[in-house]
Amino acid sequence: MQVTSSIREPLITGGKTIRDVSEDISRQVEGKPTQLWWIAMGISLVALAFGFYCLCTLLWEGVGVWGLNKTVGWAWDITNFVWWVGIGHAGTLISAILLLFRQKWRMSINRAAEAMTIFAVICAATFPFAHMGRFWLGFYWVFPLPNTWGSLWANFNSPLLWDVFAISTYFSVSLVFWYMGLIPDFAVIRDRAVRQGHKLRANIYNALSFGWDGAARTWSRYESVALILAGLSTPLVLSVHTIVSMDFATSVVPGWHATIFPPYFVAGAIFSGFAMVLTLLIITRKVFKLEDYITIYHIELMNIVIIITGSIVGIAYITEFFIAWYGQVPAEQYAFFNRMQGPYWWAYWSMMTCNVISPQLFWFKKIRTNIVATFVLSIIVNIGMWFERFVIIVTSIHRDYVPSSWSMFHPTIYDMGEYIFTFGLFFSAFLLFAKFFPVINMAEVKSIIKSSSEQKH
Amino acid sequence: MDSNKNFVVGIFDDEDVLLHAVEHTREKGLKIHEVYSPFPVHGLDEALGYKRSRLPIAAFLFGMTGTSLALLMQIWMLGYDWPMIIGGKNHASLPPFIPVTFEMTVLLAAFGMVGTFFIASDMKPYKWPRQFDIRSTDDKHVMAIDLATNKMSKEEISALLKSQGASEVNEKNF
Repeated sequence: MQVTSSIREPLITGGKTIRDVSEDISRQVEGKPTQLWWIAMGISLVALAFGFYCLCTLLWEGVGVWGLNKTVGWAWDITNFVWWVGIGHAGTLISAILLLFRQKWRMSINRAAEAMTIFAVICAATFPFAHMGRFWLGFYWVFPLPNTWGSLWANFNSPLLWDVFAISTYFSVSLVFWYMGLIPDFAVIRDRAVRQGHKLRANIYNALSFGWDGAARTWSRYESVALILAGLSTPLVLSVHTIVSMDFATSVVPGWHATIFPPYFVAGAIFSGFAMVLTLLIITRKVFKLEDYITIYHIELMNIVIIITGSIVGIAYITEFFIAWYGQVPAEQYAFFNRMQGPYWWAYWSMMTCNVISPQLFWFKKIRTNIVATFVLSIIVNIGMWFERFVIIVTSIHRDYVPSSWSMFHPTIYDMGEYIFTFGLFFSAFLLFAKFFPVINMAEVKSIIKSSSEQKH
Repeated sequence: MDSNKNFVVGIFDDEDVLLHAVEHTREKGLKIHEVYSPFPVHGLDEALGYKRSRLPIAAFLFGMTGTSLALLMQIWMLGYDWPMIIGGKNHASLPPFIPVTFEMTVLLAAFGMVGTFFIASDMKPYKWPRQFDIRSTDDKHVMAIDLATNKMSKEEISALLKSQGASEVNEKNF
């Protein structure tokens, strides 16, 4: 029997009963979308359409429509790719690692965070595909498929190929993990539809729930599946950003060739991911009136994760500098000196301000429990993390070993267009999710109603 | 599923009452067909006498399949079918093959285990489950007792469930 702890704040407020949970979460699935939803969807679709135009132009004209040049061969595309992949990491951390640590506060936020993971990874994947130009040929370059060149197989020694396997596995396993969580909740909506007399909806949600029955035997198996999926996802999520960082770390470019990259990238990924979860959930809880489920306490705990990971990122920046000085390699020292004082100083200092200084404000309880401050800081952190990737990628390669090749990167409308495309994709997917799927894991929240809510027994 | 089965269905509002009821009624010799809950109740599977799921074994075997397939694929492709010298290293050196091997292990373990789960639980998109009480996905725990497998009469079972804290006792025929 579980006992309410007197030293912990309740996770669910407002004296909710188990029935209230079904009612509050299913309501937005059953009702018509609000005007606000349509407006948000409209804006997302406009962004998507504009981005699609830019993407089509890229496919028609070639990668030359981007601002890339012979020196800076990776810029916004790879920056955006790493940024989106990083954002995805928070979803898996919340659903898998916090499950292994038996952190019950994950239960109100894991569904939306995992959805965010899946959409973010889809957005990330569009960039390497677009960068390949003729991406239909890319399948032969990245997947070991028999081809007419030999068969000349993909190069398994390349970190870029590891990345393909890491990201596609990460996407597939996250999708399965997320879907497994949704199954019992689809059954809730199905049974409510049966009672309300909506035959079509009942059939659709029954199919989505795979005919879930909620039997003790099924739950028992279900729980062991969830636990093992969490156990598999935990090293998986760490491997993904590790491998993304190896795209850089295994090269011989000054500023990239660093052994600190894997842990530093993973911490940065969780940092930016939590910021994006906060941005999304602060809006979602307001729009769907879920303040009793996603409480200030949840927001405070996420802000604490932001302080920790933000500080790790800060230490990593300082360590990189120290090692550049201590290593006494002139090219390496120049790369870091150039970051700070070169033509991209503004990007570097934006990164430092947004990522290292701004999250330290969360040491103040007043700030980390304030919704407006959290919302603003969550966006600042994501801007900072975008600049981090931009700084790492562009400042390291815009100063080539041969000074005659030195150049700057100037993004074109098509560079920006594809970034806008992914925002349109991400937000329209998230809005569809929020409308048709339960945004909070009802089954898990119901299991803590007795032990961690304000309900009297 | 054979037709014309008669069940006594006990409805419980609270998971702890349900757990005690399951333990006590089983001690009294009642055979419980199944319990349906809106959320996982910890200890319920042990109270019902269910064995631990063997899904972890399935996951391990699928994972090992992934490991072997990934290693065989990479060693065969780069070591034998079209050997290439990359960075002056051996054709088939193990360290660079580890990331892909790890990912394939996780991929096959996850998909294999979830597939096994669906098959073992007989879950398919076009199948409607047999529901003893539709509230079992909302806020009620539902204990189903098959009359055919029990010696007690309907009334005796009913009284037993009531005494164990069931808020309602109904009948259900399929």
